[in-house]
Amino acid sequence: MRPIMPSIISIKNLSKTYASGFTALKTINLDIERGEIFALLGPNGAGKTTLIGIICGILNASTGTVTVGGHDIINDYRAARALIGLVPQELTTDAFESVWDTVSFSRGLFGKPKNPAHIEKILKDLSLWDKKDNKIRTLSGGMKRRVLIAKALSHEPKVLFLDEPTAGVDVELRKDMWQVVRDLRASGVTIILTTHYIEEAEDMADRIGVISKGEIILVERKAELMSKLGKKQLVLHLQKPLEQIPPDIFGLANLTLADGGKELTFTYDTQGERTGVTRLLADLNRLDIRLRDLETRQSSLEEIFIGLVSDNERAATGAQS
Amino acid sequence: MNGRAIVSIYKFEMARTLRTIWQSIVSPVISTSLYFVVFGAAIGSRITEIEGVAYGAFIVPGLIMLMLLTQSTMNASFGIYFPRFTGTIYELLSAPVSSFEIACGYVGAAATKSVILGLIILATSWLFVPLHIEHPLWMLGFLVLTAITFSLFGFIIGIWADGFEQLQIIPLLILTPLTFLGGTFYSTHVLPPFWQKVALFNPVVYLVSGFRWSFFEISDVSPAVSLAMTVAFLVLCLVVIWWIFRTGYRLKK
Ligand SMILES: Nc1ncnc2c1ncn2[C@@H]1O[C@H](COP(=O)(O)OP(=O)(O)OP(=O)(O)O)[C@@H](O)[C@H]1O
Ligand SMILES: [Mg+2]
Repeated sequence: MRPIMPSIISIKNLSKTYASGFTALKTINLDIERGEIFALLGPNGAGKTTLIGIICGILNASTGTVTVGGHDIINDYRAARALIGLVPQELTTDAFESVWDTVSFSRGLFGKPKNPAHIEKILKDLSLWDKKDNKIRTLSGGMKRRVLIAKALSHEPKVLFLDEPTAGVDVELRKDMWQVVRDLRASGVTIILTTHYIEEAEDMADRIGVISKGEIILVERKAELMSKLGKKQLVLHLQKPLEQIPPDIFGLANLTLADGGKELTFTYDTQGERTGVTRLLADLNRLDIRLRDLETRQSSLEEIFIGLVSDNERAATGAQS
Repeated sequence: MNGRAIVSIYKFEMARTLRTIWQSIVSPVISTSLYFVVFGAAIGSRITEIEGVAYGAFIVPGLIMLMLLTQSTMNASFGIYFPRFTGTIYELLSAPVSSFEIACGYVGAAATKSVILGLIILATSWLFVPLHIEHPLWMLGFLVLTAITFSLFGFIIGIWADGFEQLQIIPLLILTPLTFLGGTFYSTHVLPPFWQKVALFNPVVYLVSGFRWSFFEISDVSPAVSLAMTVAFLVLCLVVIWWIFRTGYRLKK
C-alpha cells in the first residue's frame, strides 16, 4: 500500500466566473500531495492559469475555498502565500532593474532576510550568473523566463507553481531547468506545473491532472494512468512474410500487417481482464506462423491526453445539441 | 507586519527615481524659476505686498504646494500604474504583504521624493527673494503631511487609471486648476465674498493657507482647520486604499 500523504494544497468546490460572464472554472476539487510533482495538462483556455492565479492570490475565486499548508488563502493569506513561489506564464519582468536586484527584491517582498549566497546559488543553477548585473530588458526571452524562475525561488518556497516554465527555453537549458526542479523536489518542495510538452510531464510528474473546459476530468498517478488507459501494442516480427492476415485467427479486428507482411501488430487494452495475448500466440502456433522476434509498445501520455480531451469535447458538444 | 517588504518596495521605487534624477529635479526647478520670473517680476511690480508680505515671498508657499501636489500625485500614480501596465503587479498580489504595506512602500517613496523636491524649490526661491520662516517645524510638518496625502491620492489614481491618458488627466484637469484657484498666487481675501465661500470647498485652499501660515503667520483659514482638513483627506485616501485591496478593485479580476 502507498503511504497516505497529507495534502499540502486542498481545493474545495472552487469555481470562477470572470466579469465578462465567462465561467473559466466549473467546480474544482483537488488535493495536491506534499512533496509531489503534479502536472496539470489541458488544451489552451482550459483554465490552468486561472486555477493557479486563484491559489496564488492574483485572481478572486467566485466560490469555494483553498488552503495551502493548512492556511486559508483569504483569511490567512500571509501564511499561505509565504509558502508559494509562482512562475507566471506571461513574461512579465521589470525592464531597467538588474537581474540581481530584481531577484533580491522578490526575496525582500516575501519578508525574508538578505541571503546573497542563496541568490548566487539560484542564479548559478539557472545559468544566469554571468548576467547578474545585466538589465533585464537586455536579456533574451528564455533568459527572462529563467529570471522569473529565480525570482520565485528567491524566497525558498515550499510550493512552486510553474506555469509553462519551458516555453521559449532551448533544449539544453531546459534540461538544466528540470534538474533544478528535480533538486527542489528532492529537498521536499511540492511542484505544480503546466506544460504543453507532454513528454516533460511524462518525465517529471508523479501525478497528472487533466483539465478541460474548466473541469478536472482526471487525476491519476502517472504510472497508473499510463498502464490503465494506455493501449499496448504487441509487435510480432515474422520469419516469413504473410500475404494477408489469416481470417480464422483470434483478434482479427485488432491486428494489422505492415513491413511487407513481416510485421504483425496486435493492439490490446491492458485494462481488460484478458488481453488475448495467450490466445493469439496459441493461434499463431496452430497456424504454424513462426516468430523471429517480438516487442511491446505502450502509448505515450500525449496519445492518452488527446484521447481524453477529445472525448470530453465530444461529450460537451453532445450535451449541447 | 512585513517590514522587509515595505523596505524592498521603498528601495525599488527610490532606485527608479534615482535613475531619472535629472529630469525629476531639473524640470520642477526650471518651472519654479519661470513662475518667479513671470509672476514675481510681472505682477510683483504692480502688487508690492499682500497682507504685509512682499509679493515675491508671498507666492513661495503656494508655488511649493503647486509642485508638491502635482509631483506627489504623478509620482505615486505612475509608481503603481506601471507594474499594472507591465504585469509585474502579479508579484505584489501573490506576496505575503498587506495593502497597507504596499501603500507604505509606494507612497513612502513618492512622498520622500516630493519632500526633497519641495526643499529644493524652497532653496531655489531663496535665490529670488529673501525669506523668513516663522515656524520651520510646522512648515516641515505641512510639507510632509501634504506630500504623504497626495501621494496616497496619486496611488489611488494609479490603481483607478486604465490608460496613460487617465493618469495624466487628474493632475492636469483637476489638481492644477484647484491649485491656481486655491490661493496659490493671491489671498482668497481679495475675492468677492461669494467666491470666498466657494473657495472653501476647494481643499487646496486649506493646504496653501496652512503652509503659508507656517511661513508668515498669515492665513485665509485658521491653521488648525488647515491641519484638520489635510488629515481628513489623508484618512479618506487611506480608507479608499483599504477598500481597493479588500475588494481587489482594478487589481484582481
Ligand atoms: N480576464 C478574463 N476575462 C474573461 N475571460 C478570461 C479572462 N482570463 C481568461 N479568460 C478565459 O478563461 C479561460 C481559461 O483561461 P486560462 O488562461 O486559465 O487558460 P489556460 O488553461 O491557462 O490556457 P493556456 O494553455 O492557453 O495557457 C479562457 O477561455 C480564457 O479566454
Ligand atoms: Mg495558461
